[in-house]
Amino acid sequence: MRTMYKFALIVLAIVLFAGVAGCASRQPAGPVTIHVLTMDQAGLKPAEIDQIAREFEAKNPDIKIVMEYQSYDFIHDKIVTGMAANPPAYDAAMLDVIWPDEFIKAGYLLDVTDRLTPDMKSGMFPASWNGVTRNGKVYGMPWLMDVKYFMYNKDMLQKAGIAEPPKTWEELVEQAKTIKEQGTVEYPIIWSWNQKEGVVCDYAVLLYGNGGEFVDKDGKPAFNNEKGVQALTWMKQTIDDGLSNPSSVSADENAVRDNFIAGESAFAVNWLFQYSDSNDASKSTIVGQAAFSPMPVFQAGADAGVKGSSVDGSSAFAIMATTPYPDQTWKFLTYLASNEVQTKYSAEMLPVWKVDFEGEALEKLKAATPNNPVTVPAFLAQFPYAYERPSVPYYNEASAALQLAIQEALTGVKSPQQALDDAAAKWVKLAGQ
Amino acid sequence: MATNSIKRRLTLREQDVRTAWLLLAPSLLIMLGVTLWPVISTFILSFFHAPTGINQVRTFVGFVNYIEMLRDQLFWETIERTLYFTLVSVGLELTLGLAIAQLIHSRPWGWKFLRFSLIIPWAVPTIVNGAMWRWIYSADFGALNGLLMQLGLIDHYVPWLTLPDMAMNLVIVADVWHTMPFVALVLQAALAGVPEDLDEAAAVDGANAWQRFWKIRVPLLRPAILVALIVRTVDAFRVFDIVYIITSGGPAYKTLTITYLTYLNSFAFGKQGTGAALSFLISTFTIIMAFVYIKFLYHPEETQ
Repeated sequence: MRTMYKFALIVLAIVLFAGVAGCASRQPAGPVTIHVLTMDQAGLKPAEIDQIAREFEAKNPDIKIVMEYQSYDFIHDKIVTGMAANPPAYDAAMLDVIWPDEFIKAGYLLDVTDRLTPDMKSGMFPASWNGVTRNGKVYGMPWLMDVKYFMYNKDMLQKAGIAEPPKTWEELVEQAKTIKEQGTVEYPIIWSWNQKEGVVCDYAVLLYGNGGEFVDKDGKPAFNNEKGVQALTWMKQTIDDGLSNPSSVSADENAVRDNFIAGESAFAVNWLFQYSDSNDASKSTIVGQAAFSPMPVFQAGADAGVKGSSVDGSSAFAIMATTPYPDQTWKFLTYLASNEVQTKYSAEMLPVWKVDFEGEALEKLKAATPNNPVTVPAFLAQFPYAYERPSVPYYNEASAALQLAIQEALTGVKSPQQALDDAAAKWVKLAGQ
Repeated sequence: MATNSIKRRLTLREQDVRTAWLLLAPSLLIMLGVTLWPVISTFILSFFHAPTGINQVRTFVGFVNYIEMLRDQLFWETIERTLYFTLVSVGLELTLGLAIAQLIHSRPWGWKFLRFSLIIPWAVPTIVNGAMWRWIYSADFGALNGLLMQLGLIDHYVPWLTLPDMAMNLVIVADVWHTMPFVALVLQAALAGVPEDLDEAAAVDGANAWQRFWKIRVPLLRPAILVALIVRTVDAFRVFDIVYIITSGGPAYKTLTITYLTYLNSFAFGKQGTGAALSFLISTFTIIMAFVYIKFLYHPEETQ
């Protein structure tokens, strides 16, 4: 019996030891594997990013890239849970323009200031760098330059006898009424107004187009003033009038794209990627019909001197602070952001390189893909008017309060004034914590 | 010698006990590691202000996380919504499950196929089920709109998931479709164990089918109903994935359930302490519910 116990104990010890040892050994003998998390939404398609990764691997046989794609709305929480492990689940992840404050405070992001070359610093848009820089330190590599665009269906407008796309939201309402009355589509306008970040982006476009702002000079919430309430009231009114598709209230940007390219709507506000999908004959019924026009503003805003309005939706790639492979990860991020890659893959995502939009390079960029003759001028017209969402560590919770307020107003649970006042009170409370 | 032999026998028993502990040790260790330790550390966490992040400073705040939640109107609204979800979905699952179990038990033509096809919705992963129902409810391309249009019940497509009073009921339908088969199969298995002679004797005494069902089968099914009720109630109260996929708590938080609120606090808002406190509040609620069930439904002396 005794020998049996000893034997059993030894077996147990071996099993436990092997288990512990198995957990500890992650250092591989062969090439290093880099795990990268990014979105399957705006910007490049997974297939294109995979292709870039394979090109990179061919040039760097000692590094293997494993990409993981998620819907945008899941990325933030994926990063948070991925960072609970050590080493982290991802060596690099997409960094949306609204996250750096929170993630820097959490210690998730590697400071890459010393890794930048002068070419990168001077060659890319200052706005791209601002998105990843806090207190003079840089925490990511710019990747995607995006703003919300106003797109319309040329053929539908022509059919309705409308010569010019709208310059103000009031004109949009008139044109939408005409199109609806003619029965071309039931709901002429589609938006991403679901209870996610997308609705805050669309609201930002309308808020700033009415001369409003999220927070005033002192950092106090200002979206619940007259201008913000007018913008939200207008949103609700267009649903009540049957001009904005009521399904907007449950639609994200992908749903907006699906609706627009199925020929179900005449006007849509979305990121750049919608344009290339609208010309993809394998899924679009409106090939050749989509067109850009500068984002309308409210008449009152225009009278007060507002020239344009959009929202910055840029993102970068950040190296996770606890990765065992910062050098290899940086090498890949540098490749992703390289001018050569960004120009080659510019059909859905324009380069973060300012130098590409100047002089001879601009002509080269316009010729790089069939979309670029249209998207490059659209970008140059819209980009100067892209506003930022507030830059605070508690942005996510503040945004959730605003998303709730907008949904409460849109579904008639609260009045726009009441809903926005409640959200503003929450912002004040969060700022005080 | 006599004392010696008694002592020896005791030692043997002791040895048996030792063997038992030794054999149990691996599973106990694993249970301690993956169940008890997380529970304890979550409990400790619930008394701290604990922002997510690496090397974050945690400050002890006592019961503040609990008090803040119990004072928050959103918390109580969410509890109310979650109870509504639980009561309606478990009620429907039990009613439909019992009806279908009885149907299968009466062995109609094709009952084997019925029992087989019952497993399919249950075998579908919840995430897949949620994604499927989201498409069914889709405002622009959904099958529900298509069906109602063809039947002439609606004259234009309805954006179902944007209707504040409707969204939760639609999530319930999706959940019932998915989990009702579990209840039906549990009850069907229990029905198979009900002795036929009791039923026949009652029939001879003049009890009709309805009376026999309620007075004989249902009481004998009580232990199985109890199991199904406890499992389903606790599960339904902690519903997360199906809400996450179909509505993400929208519109205007009208489908926000208590686990979703916990998730938001822990991962989206970076408040681990609040999330931990919420987890413990959820546990308290589920323990109370299980206790109530056992108190009112579990009478072992009757079934023996």
